Amino acid sequence: MQYEALNQWHFVAAAYAVGLGGVAVLLAQSWLAMRRAERRRDGARGK
Amino acid sequence: MHAFANPARFLRLARWMTPLFLACGLVLAGGAMAWGVFVAPADQLQGETVRIVYLHVPTAWLGMGGWTALALASLSELVWRHPLAGIAARAVALPGAAFAAICLVTGSIWGRPAWGTWWVWDGRLTSMLVLLFLYLAYLALADAAQRDGAGGSRIPAIFGLVGAVNIPIIHYSVLWWNSLHQPPSITMGKSAMAPEFLAPLLVSTVGFSLLFGAVVLMRMRALLAEQQTEARLRRKAMAA
Repeated sequence: MQYEALNQWHFVAAAYAVGLGGVAVLLAQSWLAMRRAERRRDGARGK
Repeated sequence: MHAFANPARFLRLARWMTPLFLACGLVLAGGAMAWGVFVAPADQLQGETVRIVYLHVPTAWLGMGGWTALALASLSELVWRHPLAGIAARAVALPGAAFAAICLVTGSIWGRPAWGTWWVWDGRLTSMLVLLFLYLAYLALADAAQRDGAGGSRIPAIFGLVGAVNIPIIHYSVLWWNSLHQPPSITMGKSAMAPEFLAPLLVSTVGFSLLFGAVVLMRMRALLAEQQTEARLRRKAMAA
């Protein structure tokens, strides 16, 4: 019988890398989209 | 609720709530994950992989909670015609999809050492995957409706309400069908989890909920600003 030697910490690290990376991208993209839209609105007000 | 449906009042509130939610969310979610990964004990059966729970469970709850909020906003848009309801529903869709996707990926990574497989087509995993597809379909519908003008916003709202049928299916899937996925450890007022696992999980859930709220507020502000820009440019074009 053959057993796989799994290092459990590799799975924990992979899960956190995916999760935290995803949340960071979501936060950054939402922040930039909000700033861009509000700058455009303020620019349109001045024109 | 009606008082907060005024866009100007909402913007006044959102301007100070956004950084507050963001800062508190980062501190709580970051602290809870550090607690879960470095301080909380390993599980007797699952070993170190139990630490994925502090990320997987909050994202699962928020993926489901996101669609519940989307359905309530859709109902509010259809019945009471709240000016902010459609914007709120659209703003929830992307973070909801992102959290559902993170839940699926982290669950799959957890499944490999815990069950010996990355994926099984059982009720819980399949219904969660359906939720992700519902979010993606809602985003496509909402984009198409925006291009067609305000009259088309009813179709995504109706879709948001119909899609809510999937939420109880996800919740009860582990009770209705045989599944590799464990039944719920936490129900109303009861928990089968030991306190040393439960405490960081609850703090992590509060932290991620605040981050989810911050993203929704940011996206609502962006959508409102886009609407205001378009209205202003239209008024100027008519006046010229």
